[in-house]
Amino acid sequence: MTPFPFSAIVGQDEMKTAMILTAIDPKIGGVLVFGDRGTGKSTAVRALAALLPPIEVVKGCPVNSARPEDCPDWAELTAIEIETLPTPVVDLPLGVSEDRVTGALDIERALTRGEKAFQAGLLARANRGYLYIDEVNLLEDHIVDLLLDVAQSGENVVEREGMSIRHPARFVLVGSGNPEEGELRPQLLDRFGLSVEVTSPTGIETRIEVIRRRDAYENDHAGFMAKWQPQDAALRARILDARAALPEIRTSNVALHDCASVCLALGSDGLRGELTLLRTARALAAYEGATELSRAHIRAAAPMALRHRLRRDPLDEAGSTARVARQLAETLP
Amino acid sequence: MTPYDDTSGQPGRPEPQADPWALVGLALALFAIDPAGLRGLWLRARAGPVRDRVQGALATLAPRKLHPSASDETLTGGLDLSATLATGEMQRHAGLLETSGLLELTMAERCPPGLAARLGQALDRKPQLALIALDEAAEEGEHLPAALADRLGLFLDLDGFSWSETTELTLSPALIAPAQARLHRITSTTARDRLTRVAADLGISSLRAPLLAHACARAHAAWRGADQIEEADLQIAVALCFAHKAMHFPEDAPEPDQPPSPPEPEQAPEEPRNSSQTDIPEEMLIEAARSALPPGLIAQLQAARVARAMGGPSGAGAKRKSLRRGRPMPSRAGKPGSGARVDVIATLRQAAPWQKMRRAMLPDRGDRLLLMPSDIRIKRYQDQTDRVLIFVVDASGSAAVARLAEAKGAVELMLAEAYSTRDHVALVTFRGDHAELCLPPSRSLVQTKRRLAGLPGGGATPLASALQVALATADQARGHGMTPTLAFLTDGRGNIALDGRPDRAQAATETTRLARAIAAKGIPALMIDTSLRPKPQLGELAGQMQATLIALPRADARSLQTTLSAVLGG
Repeated sequence: MTPFPFSAIVGQDEMKTAMILTAIDPKIGGVLVFGDRGTGKSTAVRALAALLPPIEVVKGCPVNSARPEDCPDWAELTAIEIETLPTPVVDLPLGVSEDRVTGALDIERALTRGEKAFQAGLLARANRGYLYIDEVNLLEDHIVDLLLDVAQSGENVVEREGMSIRHPARFVLVGSGNPEEGELRPQLLDRFGLSVEVTSPTGIETRIEVIRRRDAYENDHAGFMAKWQPQDAALRARILDARAALPEIRTSNVALHDCASVCLALGSDGLRGELTLLRTARALAAYEGATELSRAHIRAAAPMALRHRLRRDPLDEAGSTARVARQLAETLP
Repeated sequence: MTPYDDTSGQPGRPEPQADPWALVGLALALFAIDPAGLRGLWLRARAGPVRDRVQGALATLAPRKLHPSASDETLTGGLDLSATLATGEMQRHAGLLETSGLLELTMAERCPPGLAARLGQALDRKPQLALIALDEAAEEGEHLPAALADRLGLFLDLDGFSWSETTELTLSPALIAPAQARLHRITSTTARDRLTRVAADLGISSLRAPLLAHACARAHAAWRGADQIEEADLQIAVALCFAHKAMHFPEDAPEPDQPPSPPEPEQAPEEPRNSSQTDIPEEMLIEAARSALPPGLIAQLQAARVARAMGGPSGAGAKRKSLRRGRPMPSRAGKPGSGARVDVIATLRQAAPWQKMRRAMLPDRGDRLLLMPSDIRIKRYQDQTDRVLIFVVDASGSAAVARLAEAKGAVELMLAEAYSTRDHVALVTFRGDHAELCLPPSRSLVQTKRRLAGLPGGGATPLASALQVALATADQARGHGMTPTLAFLTDGRGNIALDGRPDRAQAATETTRLARAIAAKGIPALMIDTSLRPKPQLGELAGQMQATLIALPRADARSLQTTLSAVLGG
């Protein structure tokens, strides 16, 4: 069944904005969605795939290379052809084995023909695309370590049976989870450009609308998709426009100063927060059709870009969202 | 079962159901009609003849068994090594989650979160998969993982039934097939919207619940032989799908004085009732939910939610992975040494497929098995982490000197207990202008006793500082992979602020914030009132900390120890 259309998701504006902004500028670096059960976290991520503009790849290339010369030699491609494919969104299931993530020797060929060949893993398939981890806080530690390592270097290295394979693995990490089931290590948290918190909608009419659309999606699939797909297409076009406009957004020294002072006041670790904030605010400005980065953009982007980068303060009961809001009101009035 | 108090005189009330067992049979029939829509059945029952009757009926649906400690390979499939080696061709065996159909998860209360998440994802992704969760929860703190409870439509609790109340259950295909054929014709937007409203009224935040209840109402209408969803269908849906998820019941619905027996609305497939009261307000449906549950159950289910938020029941340390001891887990690649043990069988399994290739690469090795370092699999176990008891002892002047001696005695007794269960202990004391960590987490009984004996009394009560030090110690212990429990011995009359100044108001504010921080971190805590006459402040503080409050029994450390072992779970 076609995934649920992104435009048909009721409410959850911050989550939707965060996903659109990473689609405009993949350098922002992915989204972490944390929240209650049954709020449509994974529905939104799966819907995101339909919004992403297609990419050009060498046909049959296991790492989705754009140019024939980037194809790894172990791919054993015979003919070179360029084709257009949807941006890959690869699922990383819980309980996945290390071999399936990094790729391993092709067991079938070793067994039946006694040949040594590499079988690409999920990291190869996610290159130039998205890697989605549902219930990311339940992921096994050794897989997390592996992901951190690859996300850092942008390259996957497999050494086995005298075979040494390296291939590019640059992907945007998208995770979702329920905070009740466990926390995320700060190192992994930091890998996500943006983080959003979702809660169940409380308004009764909103809730009825959610159920109504879900029901229509399941029981009148064709009609429902016909209604919403044009809206998804319009949104995709807007994302492409914003991508084109992004390099033209003017960034004043005042805006740079604003970003720095918010991060400083919040005591967010490292420069990554500042950089992400700037990128997110610029993507937002492009999405809204502005030509210059304004303080309003920075203020709107700050919660999602910074809330997961704060040092934990046991004395603060309000949570990081409130802390960011409080600090914003003080620093950027 | 107490006889249902007669409410049938009131219009619109669900009518009394003489036989609660009939509801069980009905639920099974509805599940058989639309397993794909209802997604599953949460069956709360201890193993026994009553459950056997239900399982006997469900057996006609041919569920495949799944165990909480099922390996990844059972779930997601993998290489069938023996078949592969026998045929010389790659043979896979399908995992349980890859096939569609009905799964039966036994001992579902033992289901680890990882498995629950995977089952939940499989249910979300595969519309044809349905799950029966057999929940044998016996004690508080044991519960079906929320990730599953949220996704399964139906709930049945069999623990209230005695054998004599039950009869043989059968699922007759002759009745189910026609209902299935009718199912797709039934839709109702008003029913769906009303169920959404009722779910919100009951405080059910997940949006899966209304969809599941709608499927239940549809199945019931089909079962009645109707083409329309009516009031009776909604009442059944609310009783079976919402009642156990309800967080609260609206205040305006009066609490029945008598414990209600599970009465169910009319259910009689043979004689479809034309209840034309289409305008029955939502309260009636809420009443249907309330009356569907045995009295203690709501409290019990809510306690389970709290326990989860608190990070599981106290009494045992949290789970962690270990290389040496505990419950076995799937082995993984690694190097032997540093305490790891090689899993020989897994290593051989790993090496087997490559033999042909390696022989071709290394022809001079003969017929020996060719092992490579990358084949080596090491064993892993799941272990309970060590628990650390952090004693926070008030040595100020307000805690009278005699009481201090008693407190010391109590701590010593608990130490002995901790020593026998191999728990770690730490000691924080506070008097004067600040608290200090007298003894970092250790297992040394002698040291703790010595420090405790040398503890002077007198001075002001820096309670806020004590909480701060306790919290920091607990945090640090968690960082080292231990599970902390706090035990405070104080009279709760803090009068020194964190900065060491005597400022009662400031101290009170800081104490409250720190207490809430301890609660927010889910650190289990115990508050022992050492004052001569208990004051309400300490109760408030314990509430903010979500700690258990007990009064120190006068001059009787032994009875204190009994209380403590009970609270801490030994």
